[in-house]
Amino acid sequence: MDVDASIAAGGAGPLAGMLVAVKDNFCVAGHDTGCASRILEGFRAQYDATVVRRILDAGAILVGRTNMDEFAMGSSNENSAYGPVLHPLDATRVPGGSSGGSAVAVAAGIVHAALGSDTGGSVRQPASFTGIVGFKPTYGRLSRYGLVAFASSLDTVGFFAAGMEDAARMYAVMAGHDPLDATSAPRAVEDPLPPLSRGVAGLRIGIPEEYVPGSLDPEIRAALDRAAEAFRAGGASVRRVSLPHAKYTIPVYTIIAMAEASSNLSRYDGVRYGHRAAGGVMAATRSEGFGPEVKRRVMLGTYALSAGYYDAYYRKAQRVRRLISEDFTRAFEDVDVLLTLTAPGTAFSLGEKIDDPLQMYLSDTFTASANLAGIPGVSVPAGTDARGLPIGVQLLARHFDEGGLFAAGAFLEAARR
Amino acid sequence: MAVTRQDVEHVAQLARLSLTEAETTDMTVQLNRILEHIDVLNELDTSGVEPLSHPFDTRNVFRDDAPRPSFTQEEALLNAPAAAEGHVLVPNASGGA
Repeated sequence: MDVDASIAAGGAGPLAGMLVAVKDNFCVAGHDTGCASRILEGFRAQYDATVVRRILDAGAILVGRTNMDEFAMGSSNENSAYGPVLHPLDATRVPGGSSGGSAVAVAAGIVHAALGSDTGGSVRQPASFTGIVGFKPTYGRLSRYGLVAFASSLDTVGFFAAGMEDAARMYAVMAGHDPLDATSAPRAVEDPLPPLSRGVAGLRIGIPEEYVPGSLDPEIRAALDRAAEAFRAGGASVRRVSLPHAKYTIPVYTIIAMAEASSNLSRYDGVRYGHRAAGGVMAATRSEGFGPEVKRRVMLGTYALSAGYYDAYYRKAQRVRRLISEDFTRAFEDVDVLLTLTAPGTAFSLGEKIDDPLQMYLSDTFTASANLAGIPGVSVPAGTDARGLPIGVQLLARHFDEGGLFAAGAFLEAARR
Repeated sequence: MAVTRQDVEHVAQLARLSLTEAETTDMTVQLNRILEHIDVLNELDTSGVEPLSHPFDTRNVFRDDAPRPSFTQEEALLNAPAAAEGHVLVPNASGGA
């Protein structure tokens, strides 16, 4: 075997032999990139995304692309031109979204790790639903060159692994500046492997009280309490903190994500690539090519950016985005890591929320704020509910403190063994 | 600020989408329901709050104006729905035959 031989010879890359799946919105040269959309049917990428190039250079073996919500728009993986992804433990339930295929590929043991994208929780929420690790680094930490754009001020490359160590090895290979992405951060990357065994002694952990509403299912709530208890036992301090603008997260996220999406998706015009309707009329091309949720978001975003509504919706959302971001800055003066649940519930049933877009958007209640603020976050398995469905807790840290997340996440993982 | 059916038709035109009658009806209901939830932002006084458009205070990023490897013509045309003689063929926009 090539891989065994190169390992024996000492020349193997850090991911030699690792099987990796790639979400359908990354470019892999010579392969199709479809974003689970009819409008990109047959699109063949001419180049590799930077993160794909880096894991290939490190010896990873790509086994395929994974299903997703169309253009990463969804929280259940039901919005796909290929059909839904099913939950690996219960085929009547959703795996979460939008990176549902990548989450399931890891949870089912098909691959060791998978790439996803996280714009409002699209890596962390499916990781929580399927009982694996889902990591969303700081905005700009991983290059987005070759990732199809959804909402450019929020989009982050993320990844899934069965445990924190594999996640750290993926991160170590992919993180770092890329001149091909103007939003990529020109900063040195801390080695994520030493923090894995650092423990949490002296770590200050905060639980935002707005993220523990009274309406929370007691079973889910108990998982959060157990995680807090584990951290205390490890020598960390755990206290309540406040993020006073938390309730505005989804309204702000909805406006900003959809406004940016409507602009980014204007490129699908059937001229240079993608589906072209018979006769080539642009509106016909787009109406045939986009699914219902994508149309809804393009419509909402176009409305929010249109003359007369720009200030009332888009500008207003950007102002409140600053208030949400400042809430985090203030909280991180007193604590090092924030602890929340990743999602307000466990995997829900297929069809349960698909006809109620607002309820679907609220699935991102605990995750979207990290994208608005640009901070890193990780979902770590934290038990199961009475049905045996996984529950995940989310850890959030300051900008570029991925090391803090690897330390706290690995500690929590070890404490559950 | 209720969204009317006429608003939806206008926005669809701006977004280059042709919606069916049924889609227009559904879209009108759904946009109103979503925007109702968003109206909660109006309870906040944000005068004096600077809009945040990007997670970091980044300035424009320049690169050296130097040639670097790029697509060949063949690669650039790889995904064109129609191409001929090194060009992308586009639908007739002038109305003529």
